[in-house]
Amino acid sequence: MKFTEEHEWLRVEGDEVVVGITTHAAEQLGDIVFVELPEVGAEIVKDDEVCVIESVKAASDILAPLDGEVTEVNEALADEPGKVNEDPIGAAWFFKVKPADLSQMDDYMDEAAYNDFVG
Amino acid sequence: MPFSTLERGAFASAEGITISGNRTEGASRAWGPCEMVMPDCATGATGEGERPMGDAVQAGDLKQTPLFDLHAELGGKMVPFAGYSMPVQYPLGVMKEHLHCRAAAGLFDVSHMGQVIVKGADYAAAAAAFETLVPMDVLDLPEGKQRYGLFTNAEGGIEDDLMFANRGDHLFVVVNAACKDADVARMKAALAPEVSVELISDRALIALQGPKAEAALARLNPLVADMVFMDVVTLPLMGAECWISRSGYTGEDGFEISVPEEAAEALCRALLEMDEVEAIGLGARDSLRLESGLCLYGSDIDTGTNPAEASLLWAVQKVRRADGARAGGFVGADAVLGAIAEGAARKRVGLLPQSRAPMRAGTALFESETSETPIGEVTSGGFGPSLNAPVAMGYVDAAFAKADTPIFGEVRGKRLPVVVSKMPFVPAKFKR
Repeated sequence: MKFTEEHEWLRVEGDEVVVGITTHAAEQLGDIVFVELPEVGAEIVKDDEVCVIESVKAASDILAPLDGEVTEVNEALADEPGKVNEDPIGAAWFFKVKPADLSQMDDYMDEAAYNDFVG
Repeated sequence: MPFSTLERGAFASAEGITISGNRTEGASRAWGPCEMVMPDCATGATGEGERPMGDAVQAGDLKQTPLFDLHAELGGKMVPFAGYSMPVQYPLGVMKEHLHCRAAAGLFDVSHMGQVIVKGADYAAAAAAFETLVPMDVLDLPEGKQRYGLFTNAEGGIEDDLMFANRGDHLFVVVNAACKDADVARMKAALAPEVSVELISDRALIALQGPKAEAALARLNPLVADMVFMDVVTLPLMGAECWISRSGYTGEDGFEISVPEEAAEALCRALLEMDEVEAIGLGARDSLRLESGLCLYGSDIDTGTNPAEASLLWAVQKVRRADGARAGGFVGADAVLGAIAEGAARKRVGLLPQSRAPMRAGTALFESETSETPIGEVTSGGFGPSLNAPVAMGYVDAAFAKADTPIFGEVRGKRLPVVVSKMPFVPAKFKR
């Protein structure tokens, strides 16, 4: 699994990459009450805003960590955004992307580096 | 990348994490006449509201309440707020704290607010003088009763909102933290030397709110159970002389307690040891007051909103209105009474977004999905844990102020349906 400085995690599954937010991010954001997901089929470009996530306190964007095509989104989050607090690394993944260039993953941190990053 | 997702208002950058970019004041401010950025009374801070202090304010500059150490011990997440370091939430989190307060009892530290004693030759002298600053009936307030009030300015705008109580030989006034220095200066300028104005610095102020607040506090002094909404008494709690009112800012039954600072921590610990009571931070305080339709000074009301458009005329007693026995005679009376007579061109209303997307402060409101000119703006908005839905309030042109009027809010470029609603969104549960 890889991690971005924007507190996303990325996990390769076959020729897709699953994207979610880290436990640290979920804890910092607090109770999540709204998630807006990208559309399946959308072509996304690294650093574009692709999701909106709102907690009781504020709204934040999730930026696309990779170029590629969105192949699946976790519709369950729309109805139960609180899942992001319960299981951010597992059941509360956000979307899957078919990356245009998997080498973009190389820029990101491994778990140990991310843990150092969040201190 | 800096974290600072938090909405204008939200709980200051200390809280802050942003997943990525800043998302927040997403909405056009084209319409809003409200000066949301910096109310006049605030020097560096803003309304009692949640606007953050500027980044320039370092932690070392922040004041602490007498309960600071207790907040740390309880795991409170401290943020700068109106010049103080205050807990935005405890480990329970905003959502659970909110729900706990509505189900049982929540304890709030509101010691940052200003507690002021206004004293003249007798109560009537202080009250008559105070009436020159507020469009409220102060003189006829019975001893042992409290009332909501507003300081007005020459244009009829609101300089602060407050609570005032008749405590026998004096008036006890509680004002917003960010405005307290300006409020004290305003009172002194208008009332001295005949009437003295003293900002109390040696007492904490706490609130105990919720359906089990009475049961909890009655363990420390059973006499509190005899109080009804807006009663004010002096009673000992754990040996300390406390000034207790049956009031609050959550829509729940409850108490606000002014306690000598040296006794505050022991009192809070005794309450927190009770099963019903949990500590509640500013985050849930904000969502509780929003669900209850209560204004946040600096966001929902400010120097540019008059009481008529703020839908606060219930607080302006008849005796101070045109044809009243003591009509006018307060700062901005012509403007306020004029606004009452003419009717407001815009009104503060409740807003219920129809999708799950919260509509935050600054969201522009429109008549339709395609209309070009905003008809209003959200001034407070977020998620209502008890409603389990987004909730907001804001100003709309009077033509759209009727309950159940369907309008649209523009969120991230999309027009989403929102319905004008009566407030409170959650029924008030005061003990009458």
